[in-house]
Amino acid sequence: MANKVLMKGNEAIALAAVKGGVEAYFGYPITPQNEVSEYLSKYMFEQGRVFLQAESEVAAINMVYGAAASGKRVMTSSSSPGIALKQEGISYLAGSELPAVIVSVMRGGPGLGGIQPSQADYYQATRGGGNGDYHTIVFAPESIQETVDVMKEAFDVADYYRNPVMVLVDGLIGQMMEAVDFNRPVTKRFLPPKDWAAGGMNGHSGRNTICSLYLDPYELEAHNLKLQKKYQAAIQNETKFELVNMEDPDYVIVAYGTMARVVRSAIEILTKKKLNVGMIRPISVWPFPKAPFKAINRNCKGILVCEMSLGQMLDDVRIMNNGALPVGFFGRAGGIVPEPEEVVDAILHFEQRRVD
Amino acid sequence: MNDSVNIKVAGFGGQGVMMFGQMLAYAATEEELFALWVPSYGPETRGGTANCSVIVAKKPINSPVFQKADRLVAFNLPSLEKFRDKVEKNGIVLYNSSLIKEPGAISASTVLAVPANDVALSLGNIQVANMVMLGAFLEVTGMFLPATVEHILQKLLGERKAHLMPINLAAIAAGRDLVKNGASSHA
Amino acid sequence: MDIKYQKSKGLTDKPLSYCPGCTHGIIHKLVAESLEELGLLDRTVGVASVGCSVFSYEFFNCDMIQCPHGRAAAVATGIKRTHPDGIVFTYQGDGDLASIGIAETIHAANRGENITIIFVNNAVYGMTGGQMAPTSLIGQKTTTSPMGRDAHMHGNPIHIAEMFSQIDGVAYLERCSVFNLRQVRNAKAAIKKAFTYQKEGRGFTMVELLSTCPVNWGKTPQDALKWVEEDMTKVFPLKVFKDAGVETHE
Repeated sequence: MANKVLMKGNEAIALAAVKGGVEAYFGYPITPQNEVSEYLSKYMFEQGRVFLQAESEVAAINMVYGAAASGKRVMTSSSSPGIALKQEGISYLAGSELPAVIVSVMRGGPGLGGIQPSQADYYQATRGGGNGDYHTIVFAPESIQETVDVMKEAFDVADYYRNPVMVLVDGLIGQMMEAVDFNRPVTKRFLPPKDWAAGGMNGHSGRNTICSLYLDPYELEAHNLKLQKKYQAAIQNETKFELVNMEDPDYVIVAYGTMARVVRSAIEILTKKKLNVGMIRPISVWPFPKAPFKAINRNCKGILVCEMSLGQMLDDVRIMNNGALPVGFFGRAGGIVPEPEEVVDAILHFEQRRVD
Repeated sequence: MNDSVNIKVAGFGGQGVMMFGQMLAYAATEEELFALWVPSYGPETRGGTANCSVIVAKKPINSPVFQKADRLVAFNLPSLEKFRDKVEKNGIVLYNSSLIKEPGAISASTVLAVPANDVALSLGNIQVANMVMLGAFLEVTGMFLPATVEHILQKLLGERKAHLMPINLAAIAAGRDLVKNGASSHA
Repeated sequence: MDIKYQKSKGLTDKPLSYCPGCTHGIIHKLVAESLEELGLLDRTVGVASVGCSVFSYEFFNCDMIQCPHGRAAAVATGIKRTHPDGIVFTYQGDGDLASIGIAETIHAANRGENITIIFVNNAVYGMTGGQMAPTSLIGQKTTTSPMGRDAHMHGNPIHIAEMFSQIDGVAYLERCSVFNLRQVRNAKAAIKKAFTYQKEGRGFTMVELLSTCPVNWGKTPQDALKWVEEDMTKVFPLKVFKDAGVETHE
């Protein structure tokens, strides 16, 4: 662990963004992600890069839009109610095909909700509140190390697809400290030059315009079909997941982020009880993994979805399961991180947890 | 050390609870163990009760939350009240006996009364009470090499607070002495 | 052949989409000529807002970014902060700037963002079909104030230039119009000055231009110009509200 440093999740996110080549950051204060801004306010200034505290989340995402449209690597970060305000901007980024990284550190909702860790913004991240047929590529890591690895890659993924990429963590990952290695290699991608960017005509030949407006319905449909092609490519190439103990399990648990770590501990306890339980851990929640659900053995007794929400990813699991196996759900809301014993109990009383 | 140790540290905001926990996590990382530090965060850390959890383990850490702590460090009565029932039977509890006069029944196998504030005051600075407690904790648990802890302290204080190094080290030593000399405990 | 007049290189060949009698076209021409004459076109990025001028990204012959309703000043901030040597301007109407986008505009001004805002005020929501704007005059009939704007019910017309003149980050701020030749010339000078100040890094510059909307006002183009001259200028007086360049010489 010689290369590892103990670091708070939010600060690690900030430093990973720097390592990922972020050129500009725009944000607005909201708990529990303030350390991202605080760290970058100093670091970006020292590096001669751009840091600006915007007057609102709405302004911040539109500053991101301007910097992205003019060709820069740019990011913002926020938490649940703040991400809600950014949804318009995210739709515009997708519609105008602009790369940007958005970090969402989830807290309990709805409304002002609370500030404790939650996964109640799965719909917000994967479906989005912005208008139109668009998708945000969403990675939901489970540890600070994985968050750092994903952050560094997120900028490349965003540039490659010319699409917003969201890194989705809960407040616990933002607030906790863990040892992390910042020098792990990142998958190399071929990134074409940003010859489409509108940063002044002296930077390219001809005149560039960035827009999401197509008043002609046929043109707009063609634009949408082009976007869908990109999304299909992302489904092919960016789906990420981990399988834990998936050889002939009695039950399969599906969980992501902090919840997945709690499930790992629950699986250890269940193993001692001679129960063979596996886990499918989506790392990309959009695109959502499909293949591991097809591979589940048919004598498996059921799938338990565990979330720090009252059932959102559950929808995706139901779609992938397509009625094949019984589905159960366990979740806590409001900012409560469940203990492993609660998950153990849910598996032991699976029939009571069934929602299919 | 066990394969994995769950530690809860709790007290008033301003008693150095978070730093106590972070020092354990830094020390573990330096000794190439796995460590996870989770704070309670938000308005409660400003004046109210603050607490943090630390997990130190020989293998990668899964769940960041645990049902019961193996070690509890309580800096004030509300903290002891809040967590007294969330300690393993064979666990260790250290409480700040300068502030907690009537601890009541604690089911853990080892309970140490540490007059952290009084010792810190006798050293001339109430603010090192958390280091007195840390000394007692390190001595009773046998966790980490003294050199590791000293190095971490040096890093955390930095150049700006380097002049506070001697009193902090003295506080840790005083805490260790309390345990060596048999601070009131029962098994 | 002796060329007496030709279209500014600051405009593309795309025919303007504005209604007959609308003065957006004149204002486009003034902005384009100013950028061309100052030699700034190849390092300018324009920000098109939402409203009648949404298509301005097709008309200005420089890099253009179309953006969400009201957010032009924030988008411009993002561009300018990452391209400090570029020239960045927004082109916004009164609904976009004075209603939904007032927060972004005020804060950009307060930060002294080194950008130029071309604020076209025609006292009505044009593109959506003539609804009441924050700048509609008292008594002005619109599709959402059919009995005329009433101060008690709808508030008074908002005075953007007057408000912004109080903000420290503003380097230059003038309200102009284009209802006659003299005003057109004056407006051109103001726009050119704003871009010059931006080039010199003096801070936030804004030119408010009283403009017409004959279709939604239900007036002929001539009557519309007359309404600007006689009615709008009483509520929105034409003057220089702030000029950092002049103040330093005082």
